[in-house]
Amino acid sequence: MIRAADDDLTIYERSKEGRRAFVAPGLDVPERPLDELLPAALRRSRPPRLPEVAEPEIVRHYNRLSKRNFDLDTGFYPLGSCTMKHNPKLHERVAALPGNAALHPLQDPTRAQGALELMFRLQQALGEIAGLPYVSLQPSAGSHGELAGVLLTRALHEDNGENRTKVLTPDTAHGTNPATVTMAGYEVVKVGTDDRGNVDLDDLRAKADEQVACLMLTNPSTLGLFEPGIEEIEQIVHGVGATLYYDGANLNAIMGISRPGDMGFDIVHFNLHKTFTQPHGGGGPGAGPVAVSERLEPFLPRPQVVRRGSEGNGSGPHGNGAEAFYDLDYDRPKSIGRLRGFQGNYGVFVRSYAYIRSLGAEGLREVSEVAVLNANYLLARLRREGVAEYLPAAYDRLCMHEFVLSGSPMKQELKIRTLDLAKRLLDYGVHPPTVYFPLIVDEALLVEPTETETRETLDRFADVIAEVLKEARDDPEVARNAPYTTPVRRLDEAGAARRPVVRQPLD
Amino acid sequence: MTRYTSATEADRREMLAEIGVSSIEDLFADIPASLRLTRPLALDAGRSEQEVLAELRALAGKNVSTEDEVSFLGAGMYDHYIPALIDSIIQRSEYLTPYTPYQPEISQGGLQAMFEYQTAICELTGLPFSNASVYEGPSAVAAAGYVAKLATDRRKFVVSRGVHPHARESLATLAHAWKMEITEAPLSDGVTELPQLDDDVAAVVLSQPNFLGAVEDLDSLTQAAHDAGALTICSCDPLPLALLKPPGECGVDIAVGEGQTLGNRLDFGGPSFGFFAVTEPLLRRMPGRIAGETRDVDGKRGFVLTLQTREQHIRRERATSNICTAQALNALAGVIYLSWLGRRGIVELAELMLQRTAYARARLQEIDGVELLHDQPVVREFAVRLSAPVQDVIARCRQDGVNPGYALGKDYPEFADGLLVAVTEKRTKADIDRLAGALAAAVAKRPGPVEVGA
Repeated sequence: MIRAADDDLTIYERSKEGRRAFVAPGLDVPERPLDELLPAALRRSRPPRLPEVAEPEIVRHYNRLSKRNFDLDTGFYPLGSCTMKHNPKLHERVAALPGNAALHPLQDPTRAQGALELMFRLQQALGEIAGLPYVSLQPSAGSHGELAGVLLTRALHEDNGENRTKVLTPDTAHGTNPATVTMAGYEVVKVGTDDRGNVDLDDLRAKADEQVACLMLTNPSTLGLFEPGIEEIEQIVHGVGATLYYDGANLNAIMGISRPGDMGFDIVHFNLHKTFTQPHGGGGPGAGPVAVSERLEPFLPRPQVVRRGSEGNGSGPHGNGAEAFYDLDYDRPKSIGRLRGFQGNYGVFVRSYAYIRSLGAEGLREVSEVAVLNANYLLARLRREGVAEYLPAAYDRLCMHEFVLSGSPMKQELKIRTLDLAKRLLDYGVHPPTVYFPLIVDEALLVEPTETETRETLDRFADVIAEVLKEARDDPEVARNAPYTTPVRRLDEAGAARRPVVRQPLD
Repeated sequence: MTRYTSATEADRREMLAEIGVSSIEDLFADIPASLRLTRPLALDAGRSEQEVLAELRALAGKNVSTEDEVSFLGAGMYDHYIPALIDSIIQRSEYLTPYTPYQPEISQGGLQAMFEYQTAICELTGLPFSNASVYEGPSAVAAAGYVAKLATDRRKFVVSRGVHPHARESLATLAHAWKMEITEAPLSDGVTELPQLDDDVAAVVLSQPNFLGAVEDLDSLTQAAHDAGALTICSCDPLPLALLKPPGECGVDIAVGEGQTLGNRLDFGGPSFGFFAVTEPLLRRMPGRIAGETRDVDGKRGFVLTLQTREQHIRRERATSNICTAQALNALAGVIYLSWLGRRGIVELAELMLQRTAYARARLQEIDGVELLHDQPVVREFAVRLSAPVQDVIARCRQDGVNPGYALGKDYPEFADGLLVAVTEKRTKADIDRLAGALAAAVAKRPGPVEVGA
């Protein structure tokens, strides 16, 4: 029987002995016996069993595979907390310029002035947006930035001769927050949420003591709500000598409107792949720069990009009309040290810098305004469609750039779960919102439309949600068995974890 | 309106009416007035696409890339040829613009690519389990240290001085927070000499080849580690692994490394990817995403993210790592590159590097004032000592359009006269001869005024 399609074959299953895509450049030096250069005892006994395929088959294989992915360039992707905004095409072009793409990370700074200047300018721009002037671009992703931030906190306290042991995280926090705390050698203490969706100030007061090193806060929170009590939170946290950490996952809501530094935060991390348009790449790359206040500056990771004037005195303004010189500063005795190799994900910096230059101050503010407008409009539209009866907003108030719905009534009355709704959305060509997060909302859906979506797209999403609920009223099985139109249907995840097959068996 | 947003004046009016507020300002009512920014951000005004391109082109033009000089610079990232098909595939929207495959039914492309990638990493490392990528090489060493800490509950790392300085420092940054000690294992004639290991060593950390280019005898080093009940972490350079005995076969428990050389650009240091492979007992402590094969309700083969109970979004403070976003697109470039090389090609490429590197090493050794820093076997990189100040020599070579390599003195004061030279397949015999000529002339020159960078 002829298979309907061989789309699901792996590259290894397409392999046939003797085929090849690579042809080596000719050997132009005198050949020496292998044994003389590399003793047999150090060598492998057989080549790695990589696939044997010619170029046409590789191209076709990965192009076909690509069609089994849903992507942001094709459809609406309101994945809460991930800021799936449009990734401008210009950015791919500028990142690929040979002066960027083919620049070796250990090139002497005198010969990498353009790259260092770009990094310096990006540091300044991010510092201005955060309201915290000292920026390290080094961390590789948001979670890496969090790690940097908690290590900076540790360094500050140690420098003050203190040995604090605990870090506070709200129960709404991203999982990366508590995981970071443990990884940085602290104990996690959870802070509750009040019935309006804000940090429970009484609980915070009760738990904030002299053993607390830091409060990690996302603001707006993962509920899409701005903490109206932020000034009081700041006083409580600083009152016990702890630092206030800003998880920048939701920075897209407040650019040019309010600044974490002005709220009293000591440390901010940015997700350049969220707010600043680095394409998400199917799960990276990203970058997670941190901005800090003056008291934390001495501890920033090494090396730091600095601008030296003609007198060569650090990052101050350069005088006498002399050319500025951009350099890597390793002489940072109090630094927490490196978090990774080289200078960070420079290719990401190029894209984010291009974005900031394209939009400018006014454009960035508009980004946040429209992100918040779109979210509130979508929330209002969902109310109008009669969706609220089954999928009410978890907190009945204006939201920021995202909002949380609870599928609890839907589950009780329509007999479909949030998971079923999500799977049915796939058949309508929509990426589902984030599901089952934040954990404190039963059957949660976290919806983040972003500013780059049109009103028409939001309208259609509201219509689709209403339609799926209507289907469920008639027959809940429709959603429970969804999806129907995707390359594969619901997959056995429990079985995959029980008997892990995580590589291709090879002959 | 910006060019990336679509809300017209009419849209805004109608949308605000739908919401039931009169202005956008009203939507921000939860932000206390005292915390509102009352001035515009101090950033330049936005510019057109054409202007931004011109500005970034001008900045990029100030850099001297590997296209502008004959570069023998390596030391952790290498100027390899990247085949055209990689960009044509990874720039496809379907790979470039989705996020982590939380919805597997519409993410089979990315998930299957991860599965194929994991298979390739297992083949290279000789270990049974690979994750789908971590950030990059040096931080992967630190992440491996965390696995060893969790797995052994011991208090020390013994780290070879042959491990990349950035990796050693990345591990030290975290070890401080874990209140763990680091002891350095010195190099002797270019290879690691392990000290006596006591029963509080969580892991011995090695590199293959090491930072000086030398191939280590992993078998005996891992034996010593295991005799002390310690794990072995090895940071590996993936292309030399085409020839070298796989770390897993040598008894290495955790093989990590920098994936840039597998089809990724230099990009001034990133983004690239880190790989991470472990033995079976460590599988459930491994950080990061893992793709696994399964079936759908109709019995069709499919792929999902699996073993997620290790991860932060499920396990929170009890997770084995905090990593979330990793380097999926870069790892995709990696598996495409490895498929392009193929079973025979990867060996041919490594042998070509081996031969050209041997030629370069012999040519440089003939020069008066140049001697080998060690004579251990090497694959793509080797170290020499110069009789003239290294920075002066580098500066003079650059005037001849040659970047001769990396000055070791910054990281290895004991090798203040050391130069690390990398020879990829992009460097031809003619390039190597040119390097030999430039270096001979530079070393022979008397010390004197020379244009040296700051």
